[in-house]
Amino acid sequence: MAAVIPDHLHGHHAPGGVMRWLTTTNHKDIGTMYMVFSFIMFLSGGVMALTIRAELFQPGLQVVQPEFFNQLTTMHGLVMVFGAIMPAFVGFANWMIPLMIGASDMAFARMNNWSFWLLPPAAILLIGSFFVPGGATAAGWTLYAPLSVQMGMGMDLAIFAIHIMGVSSIMGAINIIVTVLNMRAPGMTMMKMPLFCWTWLITAYLLIAVMPVLAGAVTMVLADRHFGTSFFNAAGGGDPVMYQHIFWFFGHPEVYIMILPAFGIVSQIIPAFSRKPLFGYASMVYATASIAILSFAVWAHHMFATGMPAAGQLFFMYATMLIAVPTGVKVFNWVATMWRGALSFEPPMLWATGFIFVFTMGGFTGLICAIAPIDIQVQDTYYVVAHFHYVLVAGSLFSLFAGAYYWLPKWTGHMPSEALGKLHFWCSMVFFNITFFPMHFLGLAGMPRRIPDYALQFADFNAMASVGAFGFGLSQLIFIVVVVKCIRGGERAAARSWDGAEGLEWTVPSPAPYHTFEEAPVVR
Amino acid sequence: EQPHARYNLQQPVTGIAEQINDMHTLMLVICLLIFVGVFGVMFWAVFNHRKSKGAVAAHFHENTAVEIAWTVIPVLILLGMAWPATKTVIAMKDTSNPDITVKATGYQWKWGYDYLQGEGEGIRFLSALATPRDQIEGGAPKGDAYLLEVDNPLVVPVGKKIRVLLTANDVIHSWWVPAFGVKQDAIPGFIRDSWFRADREGTFRGNCAELCGRDHGFMPVVVQVVSAEKYAAWVAEQKARAAAGTPAAAPAAEAEPARIAAAPGEG
Amino acid sequence: MNQASGMQAADHYFVPEPSKYPIIGAVALLLFGSGAALWLNGMPAGRWVFFLGIAILVFMMFGWFGQVVRESEGGKYGRRVDKSFRWSMGWFIFSEVMFFAAFFGALFYARVLSVPWLSSGDNASMLWQGYAGAWPTAGPYASDPFTPMEAWGIPAINTLILLTSGVTLTWAHYGLLNGRRGRLKLGLAVTILLGIIFLSLQAYEYAHAYAELNLRLDSGIYGSTFYLLTGFHGMHVTVGTIMLTVMLFRAFAGHFRPDHHFGFEAAAWYWHFVDVVWLMLFVVVYWL
Ligand code: HEA
Ligand code: HEA
Ligand code: CUA
Ligand SMILES: [Cu+2]
Repeated sequence: MAAVIPDHLHGHHAPGGVMRWLTTTNHKDIGTMYMVFSFIMFLSGGVMALTIRAELFQPGLQVVQPEFFNQLTTMHGLVMVFGAIMPAFVGFANWMIPLMIGASDMAFARMNNWSFWLLPPAAILLIGSFFVPGGATAAGWTLYAPLSVQMGMGMDLAIFAIHIMGVSSIMGAINIIVTVLNMRAPGMTMMKMPLFCWTWLITAYLLIAVMPVLAGAVTMVLADRHFGTSFFNAAGGGDPVMYQHIFWFFGHPEVYIMILPAFGIVSQIIPAFSRKPLFGYASMVYATASIAILSFAVWAHHMFATGMPAAGQLFFMYATMLIAVPTGVKVFNWVATMWRGALSFEPPMLWATGFIFVFTMGGFTGLICAIAPIDIQVQDTYYVVAHFHYVLVAGSLFSLFAGAYYWLPKWTGHMPSEALGKLHFWCSMVFFNITFFPMHFLGLAGMPRRIPDYALQFADFNAMASVGAFGFGLSQLIFIVVVVKCIRGGERAAARSWDGAEGLEWTVPSPAPYHTFEEAPVVR
Repeated sequence: EQPHARYNLQQPVTGIAEQINDMHTLMLVICLLIFVGVFGVMFWAVFNHRKSKGAVAAHFHENTAVEIAWTVIPVLILLGMAWPATKTVIAMKDTSNPDITVKATGYQWKWGYDYLQGEGEGIRFLSALATPRDQIEGGAPKGDAYLLEVDNPLVVPVGKKIRVLLTANDVIHSWWVPAFGVKQDAIPGFIRDSWFRADREGTFRGNCAELCGRDHGFMPVVVQVVSAEKYAAWVAEQKARAAAGTPAAAPAAEAEPARIAAAPGEG
Repeated sequence: MNQASGMQAADHYFVPEPSKYPIIGAVALLLFGSGAALWLNGMPAGRWVFFLGIAILVFMMFGWFGQVVRESEGGKYGRRVDKSFRWSMGWFIFSEVMFFAAFFGALFYARVLSVPWLSSGDNASMLWQGYAGAWPTAGPYASDPFTPMEAWGIPAINTLILLTSGVTLTWAHYGLLNGRRGRLKLGLAVTILLGIIFLSLQAYEYAHAYAELNLRLDSGIYGSTFYLLTGFHGMHVTVGTIMLTVMLFRAFAGHFRPDHHFGFEAAAWYWHFVDVVWLMLFVVVYWL
């Protein structure tokens, strides 16, 4: 972003042009690159989603062939999860955590650069796999064996891409942990830290605990594919279901990796625009930690139809249901923060409020999925697709937009257009629900997921979802306009860009200078 | 024939599906009530505690009593939800004392049925999609049961406990009949089981519910529930055909473990 | 940010200048991944891409770690940087623990769950008649018998070797702490030697397994878990040995002070971690 070009270089012979971005050790540069990268990935994953929706607009095969459809579904999931949502949050962490805790940079600035620059190679491997013989992997983003063992070369590329993204995530997580634990300004005790830092700290622990497990899982798939091992092959004494256990031991914490930082962002914004301190700060911290800990004990709720023994089903059902309690604490705290505040609804607050509203719907459908007998009916149907888009799109993605509108003034020095921001919100909100709400009905009525064609009774809701998806996609173009305008100019932002905003990041000028807090601030 | 479900789960045809339906309704109502409660409060604040309406922010940020309440009450609600669910889970797992046992084997991309025990023992056939290709590709108008019709449906008698054993020959499939509340993954190299007892006659349709490759969307499950007499007649007919060497369909190939064993390493 | 040498003021934190190494490392991994995928799919050219990637990665590590060592010896890292390194190494090792946990989990799952399932109930009576399911097993469809690895031969010796190496490394550490650099160097050298002996014995063991025991990577679940667990462990021993070798060179170059030698400690932590993994391997893979 042009507005954050270095203003004082401290005698560095800092390279300019492309080299600046390739070699930078500055957390703001790196944060910016993460965000730009993730947005490009979001558009790529979105184009895949639109192709899926185009095929599903009507019954029958019109746009793509089944094998390619499966590739699109798989890659849409992988690209959105690993390419769009996760890196976007890491970008926020890079930009904001040092500013929030009063640190001069991330603890390992050079490694930070590597964490970012591993992502483009991973993306090249992943997206490039569309163009190799046999095409991309079509085993679903969950890559279940033994279907994934049947795939062609695209599967190997995906495996290596996952390895590389895993290395990137682990380094990024370690960087964040160390930064939060070791780089806080004097007086910035843990229990004074902005909630965003807390949620990211806990997320980082989830990352280092589960990314290696995913790496192990796909490594075993690789070995089964090429080296004759039998991890997931009953004939050799293995078990295909074992893959699912290992995958979901990663996979469930993974979905919280994509939502805890979102909770953090929303917990910054709601108090700012309620002009009132966050209700129940301590309980927010404990709730976040509880969600993280519980997330290791619920993985098999994705496997109720595999035929687990009843005891297993019951254990995982109860554990999963429990997560509603700490999550509920969060929702209640947000509402209590708004209660008797002095609310105003600039774009960040609109998005944050929208987040709470729609995310909670996704949470409730999650809870319904958690009831094992009901899940037997809805597993692998569009009901699940609806559930996770409510938490991922209306949850993670909406929170990212909320955060972007909130901190754009700090990043660019200009206020984002309020009118366009509101338009973006309302279009997104309306089209989001047109797209994904009917999917609940489809799933309940019996439409399986991951199919390129469907029975006639599902036609009308599918048409509706497809129209909504295109509308939702077009609405995202508004965001591009907002950001470009904001970088180019507009109303100058004050250091404290929103009157209710609290925290160290609002004590430095907007845009934040290239180097901040080289002398640590003292927090009372 | 089932009326198509539109907004909700399909019309239940077994006791288990009935329980699931009721549980879903209960959950939906509870969640809706909580939703209305929570967001009623939020929207009250959104409309009335606005700065533009002159609201001045209060300063409270803690209240232990409230916080304990909204931790404990959800736990109680969850307990209330868990109770019926537990009973149903246990009932679903009880596959003992079946009247008829059928083995269903998932193949890429069709089902093989094998009557193992009870009336009809020994009958075996394959069941594949019957929708013609040109309906799918748009060359012909789509029929009523588009994508949900097979050449040889599974036939079972009404009111009898049918135990279904599941396995697969290549990758994981999943055998699903929504109206029965049965969905069970078919895992290569393992046998899993499930059961149903259909309360009324009719044709019930479902799909393979686990991504299994190219034609995952094209391997429906169709079950015909018939009266005891019709079932007996069907069995007799199948037996006669088998004796004459012209079974209704080619018999299901063995679920050959050898083929699974050959799979690893063949990247 | 020109650094004054010596200890930094408590609130100053060293932030490195822009560096070209990360992007070099990114290119290396791109070549590594794409090369491996091509190679595995029968395109021999992939091999060269793969090795080029590795070569670039090694180059990057030399350059990068060299720079870190220079910065460290140049006194740029104060107490807080040192603390950062400690936290990060600890959590890095934790992530490695989780990587091994996936494979240990697979072994546990196979031994405790899937193999007993395969040899009982409907699975045994309908699919795998006559399968006894006793561990070690190559699975119900095994046709090619193998002999499992005996614990009380080479593996036991290797256990002793690694345990001893932990002692010699600690001895070296005390040498460093007490300013007796001869002991530091000797202890390191002996540790490295033990590491190399360990690896040689393991290589011999693998050759023996293939040639005489017919125990191969494709010997069902036993071969799969055996080779992946011991193989990844062996790779970690290799990395640890390289790290210790670097430390030995640094010791000869006069690096490390009794109060400032985190590089050494990191290598030692890593070595002990590898040691503990081996103990678990010895118990659950070879012995029980
Ligand atoms: C951001 C991501 C995210 C989040 C936050 C969640 C949150 C939850 N998820 Fe979801 N889930 C996914 C992403 C996510 N999920 C994805 C991607 C899949 C599919 C993967 C695939 O197969 O491809 C999935 C699938 C999935 C399944 C498997 C479905 C299936 O395949 O059959 C289940 C089953 O239990 C489940 C449950 C839950 C639950 C109980 C929560 C809970 O955390 C929700 C808790 C929140 C609330 C309950 C609302 C707020 C609470 C209150 C207001 C308090 C009061 C409430 C009560 C007492 C009722 N999820
Ligand atoms: C992680 C986040 C995430 C996000 C943000 C999304 C976003 C979207 N997803 Fe999601 N989706 C997943 C994660 C996500 N998804 C996962 C994990 C799966 C499971 C995969 C699997 O089964 O393996 C899945 C599966 C999935 C399916 C089921 C596929 C199947 O089962 O076969 C569908 C179907 O409608 C769908 C649709 C969409 C749509 C319409 C969006 C939209 O929100 C996208 C909006 C964005 C754009 C459209 C791009 C931006 C705009 C432009 C590029 C401009 C041009 C636009 C126009 C000309 C209109 N997704
Ligand atoms: Cu068979 Cu899907
Ligand atoms: Cu989950």
